[in-house]
Amino acid sequence: MSDKHSNQQSRYTGDRLIPGSFAGETVTRRKFMSGTAQTAGAIAAAGFTLPALGFAFGPVFHEVPHHWSPAGPPEMFNEDNYVPIVITLTPGVGEVGKGLVYVRKHNPKIDTDPFDKNTPYIAISARCVHLGCDVRWVSAAQRFVCPCHGGTYNVLGIRVAGPPPRPLDRFFTRVTNNLVEIGPRFSVNDELRRFSPRDPGEPLDGIGQYLYPSRPSIRI
Amino acid sequence: MPKLPAPPVPSSLKSPPPRPGESGGPASPVDQAIAARNSVVDWVDERTSLTGAVRWMMFRKVPKGTNWFYTLGSATMFAFLNQAVTGVFLAMYYRPSPAGGAYESIRYITNDVFLGAFVRGMHKWGATVMVVLIFLHMARTFFFGAYKYPRELNWVIGVALLILTMVMGFTGYLLPFDERSYWATVVGVNINGTGPLIGPYLSDFLRAGPEFGADTLSRFYAIHMMLVPGAIAALIGAHLYLVAKLGTTAPPWTKAQKNPKLRRTEA
Repeated sequence: MSDKHSNQQSRYTGDRLIPGSFAGETVTRRKFMSGTAQTAGAIAAAGFTLPALGFAFGPVFHEVPHHWSPAGPPEMFNEDNYVPIVITLTPGVGEVGKGLVYVRKHNPKIDTDPFDKNTPYIAISARCVHLGCDVRWVSAAQRFVCPCHGGTYNVLGIRVAGPPPRPLDRFFTRVTNNLVEIGPRFSVNDELRRFSPRDPGEPLDGIGQYLYPSRPSIRI
Repeated sequence: MPKLPAPPVPSSLKSPPPRPGESGGPASPVDQAIAARNSVVDWVDERTSLTGAVRWMMFRKVPKGTNWFYTLGSATMFAFLNQAVTGVFLAMYYRPSPAGGAYESIRYITNDVFLGAFVRGMHKWGATVMVVLIFLHMARTFFFGAYKYPRELNWVIGVALLILTMVMGFTGYLLPFDERSYWATVVGVNINGTGPLIGPYLSDFLRAGPEFGADTLSRFYAIHMMLVPGAIAALIGAHLYLVAKLGTTAPPWTKAQKNPKLRRTEA
């Protein structure tokens, strides 16, 4: 290296014999000018970059409003078998926004879990929690079966075979004006404890609930 | 270098060459065209010094043993250029509207537009060709040891280009908006979401929300046709600059020349 860095100069411009220096001045006008120009450039660049980034990342922080969709009159459903219902999960995108939900009446014999006590209807999402394919309810086997990678769930939606990391998601239900309505989605762990909705592939037991945190865009 | 034999034309039919120092009458049209070209090139070069850059880029010394494997990088670049050109023209007809418009516009391109099936086919198959070529180019670089000092940075740029090419494949797959592209994207976004801690937020970013919605398709379209192609073009520029600056490597099977005159003697 050259020795231009090792030359110890005084920090005062007056001591360095710079023409027109003031007493006590430490920043040369050249340094001040280039610093000002670079700062102005950085502010200008940030002026269009930051709003553009916020624009692109905004949906990550924007909470999507919950909505309730009618599923049908209570007579449609029974305690022993699931009825497939197609509801609109995302409005405004046509067929793409629709999703399959399996609904049955609350059955005190099998829904013994304390979290399910006050739920009039059990609504289970058909979205496989492995990678998001639609599972099919096979009544004869009393199993939900996923066609993609063979994920299999029992009548409560708890995994019995295959790659899924947690039970099938569920939906809140209520009865209004003699119509069963399906509300926001929630995810459950192996003890059917309720969590804010998680995407498929994200476990909720043990450390999983911390590795895959809930998102600001969808909370219960 | 041996010269081609002159055609058997009788000497009486040949025009004599001009004597040195005197012009041979009016210049032939070919000579006039060459002179015009030279003056245009000179005009540009005087103002840009481009010929130096072109010569630096195009007329490099290459090591002995350079072979067809060394063309895989250029082949990948031409596959990208094919994607860029066909993509621009596909964008003239494509509509990124999720409620039926996207699928309908693809159907229209394929069935009704003149040469539409051909241009779309070029784009679709060219995508596969580009991925195959980029992996072959990477394998050539790896097996020839061409990633070693001083070319490590070029390997890093190449890996970034590989990742961006995969992003192009992922985002482009959704655009036809049929059942296959929809479900492939659902699965692909969910695979992204399995990354710990940031995975769920990455999925939200890709989908523009917690569920596949109205903005997902236009977001994928913007990433596919503006964000990533610009980054790929810029990185290809850096990649090529480093290739020209550092030169290419000889194949690993070439031996050092045993010419004693070229040996440095310790004396």
